[in-house]
Amino acid sequence: MTALARIDDLHKSFGGVAAASGVSFAVNAGEFLAVIGPNGAGKTTALRLMAGLLQPDSGRIFFDDRDVTSLPAHARVRLGLGFTHQIVRPFYSFSTIENVMIAAGHRHTTSPWRALTLRSRQAARDKAATILERIGLTAQTDQSPRALPLGQRKRLEVARAIALDPRLLLLDEPLAGLSSAEAATMADLIRTLPQAGITVVLVEHNLGEVLRVADRIVVLDAGKVLAEGAPAEVMARADVRQAYTGTS
Amino acid sequence: MSGYVASLLSVIGINMILALSLNIITGFCGQVSLGHAAFYGIGAYTAAYLSKLGVPLLLTLSAGTAMAGLIGVAVGLTSLRVRHDFLAVTTMGIGFVFLGFVRKQKWLGAELGISGIPAPGLDPLAYALLIAVAAASVIAFSLWIKRSWMGFTFDAVADDEDAARTVGVNVPAYKLTAFGIGTALAGLAGGLYVYFARIILPDTFDFVQSIAILTMVVIGGTGSVWGVVASTVALTLLPEVSRAASDYRLLIFGGMLILVMRFSPGGLAGMARSFLGSKRARRRAVP
Repeated sequence: MTALARIDDLHKSFGGVAAASGVSFAVNAGEFLAVIGPNGAGKTTALRLMAGLLQPDSGRIFFDDRDVTSLPAHARVRLGLGFTHQIVRPFYSFSTIENVMIAAGHRHTTSPWRALTLRSRQAARDKAATILERIGLTAQTDQSPRALPLGQRKRLEVARAIALDPRLLLLDEPLAGLSSAEAATMADLIRTLPQAGITVVLVEHNLGEVLRVADRIVVLDAGKVLAEGAPAEVMARADVRQAYTGTS
Repeated sequence: MSGYVASLLSVIGINMILALSLNIITGFCGQVSLGHAAFYGIGAYTAAYLSKLGVPLLLTLSAGTAMAGLIGVAVGLTSLRVRHDFLAVTTMGIGFVFLGFVRKQKWLGAELGISGIPAPGLDPLAYALLIAVAAASVIAFSLWIKRSWMGFTFDAVADDEDAARTVGVNVPAYKLTAFGIGTALAGLAGGLYVYFARIILPDTFDFVQSIAILTMVVIGGTGSVWGVVASTVALTLLPEVSRAASDYRLLIFGGMLILVMRFSPGGLAGMARSFLGSKRARRRAVP
């Protein structure tokens, strides 16, 4: 398998606390990769570094063999790198469909002057409506995100990311806060993404769902990669069980 | 009488351009600015200085617009690093820096400003009509922005900058664009003011003026073009219809700001939407 993305010896500290201490791993094209680890392992930091929402202290990030380390987040989106937030961040002044439309029309936003000449939002609306249907939010089209329960807001966050036509989607704890039924529905939804040509990196604490949907797992502990490989193989390792579950 | 009408029309038009220019920065793009009068002043001083050198009207207006826009983009660069209340304080500082600068420049007339500005070459009513055409163009441009993809993207930036970045928005570029357009239009208002007043003083562009512009935007409804147009007309005419309103202008503006923030944060536009919404609901309820 060829690597679609690669992070190489990433270091990131916050006020002297190291969140990433030489993290390196590759993401293969078409796979569903889960990044797991105990609280404070540096999972979200690694994901935000990949998305360009944080800048590393040192190390490199490659996407499609291109060094994107210095590129801002919006430029990485244009290359095909999508991201969803751990704590959902819909645009609360927009309706549900408008939240997806702004992402669906992301090619129009590349230049403010180009955006000034575009008056019709119909194409973006049509694309957003199709995505909302696929994700099961058609009935909520004109509702404010404030009116949506958490499960639907999480799905809206994923819908918005899909509308960016990403080749690599970084999902930061999309199952957090959901009931087990909602989590299973969400996991079923995101496991279909590789079939649609979207490579997925999932950061998640819900180990049951992770083991159900992931092709491969990377385990982080204290800002370092502890293990990586097939889910069953990785979870059988004593050091992983020790770090992740506290049992040996 | 026609002189009075021309004067009133001119002041309304200039205030409208000013308020709409701030509305692009604060209302559309969500960037608070408490120093907008500085860009009004930059346009005015540029146009006044050039007019005294014999440069014709359209060129001085263009130069004032361009100068204010260029400095606006430079100031906008500061907005890339600061947000919300820090941005408000930064832009307030810009206003003070501008005043501190012009007050010490002998070539700009220092405390006495610039007087003896040549006439625009139009009679007062024709000049008022020129201002009205400029104001109408700024209204049309504001509506165009609002309905374009740029306006949609501005809304996203104003709502949540970090979320906007993750949907591919180049947030710094959009903020700079808003600052560039908004401050350039404030510069145009300044240039138009120069030929109307024929004398400019530093105090015309002070902090109180910045707050007066912001008041027009907030009372109209931040982000609403027609709301800001309505509030500008109302707040400009208010001191004209009542001497007391003129004497207590600051008190009235301040009081209105407090009342709007407390009872109708959407301003006149928000009130109109609520009124129309409840009227529609009542109509639906009637069998």
